[in-house]
Amino acid sequence: MGIYLPIAEISVNVFVLLAMGAAVGFLSGMFGVGGGFLITPLLIFYNIPPAIAVATGANQVIASSFSGALSHFKRGTLDFKLGGVLLAGGIVGSTAGIYVFALLRRLGQLDLFISLLYVALLGTVGGLMLVESVNALRASRSGAAPVLKKSGQHNWIHRLPFKMRFRASKLFVSVIPVLGLGAAIGFLSSIMGVGGGFIMVPALIYLLKVPTNVVIGTSLFQIIFTSAYTTLVHATTNQTVDVILAFLLMAGGVAGAQYGAKAGQRLRGEQLRALLALLVLAVAIRLAIDLFVTPPNRYSLAGLT
Amino acid sequence: MAGLRALAAASFLSLAAAALPAAAQTPAAESIQIGLSTDAISITAGFSGADLTIFGSLENPDPLIARQGRYDVIVVLEGPARPVVVRRKDRVLGVWVNLESETFENVPVSYSVATTRPLQDITEPNSYKQLSLGASNLYMQPAEPSDSLATIEEFTSALRSRKAATGLYSENVGGVQFLSQNLFRATVRLAPNIPVGTHKARAFLFKSGMFVKESSAQLEIRKSGFEQSIFRVAHDYSFLYGVFAVSLAMLTGWLGRIVFRKD
Repeated sequence: MGIYLPIAEISVNVFVLLAMGAAVGFLSGMFGVGGGFLITPLLIFYNIPPAIAVATGANQVIASSFSGALSHFKRGTLDFKLGGVLLAGGIVGSTAGIYVFALLRRLGQLDLFISLLYVALLGTVGGLMLVESVNALRASRSGAAPVLKKSGQHNWIHRLPFKMRFRASKLFVSVIPVLGLGAAIGFLSSIMGVGGGFIMVPALIYLLKVPTNVVIGTSLFQIIFTSAYTTLVHATTNQTVDVILAFLLMAGGVAGAQYGAKAGQRLRGEQLRALLALLVLAVAIRLAIDLFVTPPNRYSLAGLT
Repeated sequence: MAGLRALAAASFLSLAAAALPAAAQTPAAESIQIGLSTDAISITAGFSGADLTIFGSLENPDPLIARQGRYDVIVVLEGPARPVVVRRKDRVLGVWVNLESETFENVPVSYSVATTRPLQDITEPNSYKQLSLGASNLYMQPAEPSDSLATIEEFTSALRSRKAATGLYSENVGGVQFLSQNLFRATVRLAPNIPVGTHKARAFLFKSGMFVKESSAQLEIRKSGFEQSIFRVAHDYSFLYGVFAVSLAMLTGWLGRIVFRKD
């Protein structure tokens, strides 16, 4: 069944979009990520203009992270104060990102920049995760206890000024890295249409030493607002949010997420992380191929914006 | 499947005149008429491209020439003109990057042609040029005429071939059929990604390879009620639209949790 997207101005197949949403939702439920990093490239592969894919991807991320944050809120694994400070940074980063986005679009370099960012970030994160999870898998097979980093360990981040106490996270840390991390995620959110959970979660755990149980809830909480802000600004400045497209993706996504979460409980942590790493790497490689392989057509058309 | 029920019917004004015995008086000049039964087409949710049928009539045809099939008709549906940027990718450090670009003003967004016979069999290339008829004869006005002629030529032909590849510029040879001596039917293709706006339908009459007469009609293509409202709201009330998009996402997330809850 075809449906005409009013903003993207093309006809697409409803079932393809629902299936895409469900598949990504399943994976996001299984791995506990928002899935924006999969949705946006998939939309671009499906010929949705990148500008619309990014803005609509941000919109779709709200639904999955809102759903996830609700359950963490009920379980009390959500640090509102930490989330709030991350958010303050996120708004600044997101505003800068929107400005860069509009500029690159005018210059005709938006698609390249999006692809490069995706390849670099997904490649790095996927690679690191794969190495870490394979090591963990090997260690558990040989019977040795996994080596955990001690949470009391301090690094240079903990020597920065303007310290602040975050009770729920049992954390006393400078606000500078928190704001900076928030800003970086906000920037990526507005340019790549991702929530940024796949960067936020490891950064909170390894850099700020936030206890793992509050990390996902807090990250989801801040992602709701960053991507809501991103959606709003894209809607007002670029008019690139397609609600019909977003709704189809969300509808498939929220359903898939619940089943994915159930499936995820049957797998062990290291196995999950290794699978997620392979998935992330696969997306990065697919995008990298497009950058380096001679395109079937060197010319492209665009309207004046 | 075509969500588009556009039927364009002829204005049969000419039939009475044509029925008069033409031999009795000095033969009047031929002319052509097309009529659209509707002046607006709505693209609905299910739209995936369609064929638009336009009926038209020939006035005062010479029966002899008509019998020999030496009347030819070309019907063009031309979309609104907009500026277009054509970009070329080049390799920089192994990566394909948009480097060169050329901006053209007033490029018809779509251009569908239907003809009785292949274009080259109807008339000389020169007369197409004079009429600026056919996708390859459209003049694309470069925004910076100071660029070298070869560059402009290269980007112009790239523009045409990209438009043809996306189905926006199309040619339907044999798409115009004479139903009788006077009446013809033209089928032009509407691409799935046809732009909205005021389109112009034009019919050109050729007699033994000579251009005789042209007739035109306007056609408004717009999104149907629902899609149009969304588009309008997104542009006119973009902030409220954004708030709506965000609320819809939160509502879906919340409902999804209630409906599909597994914990």
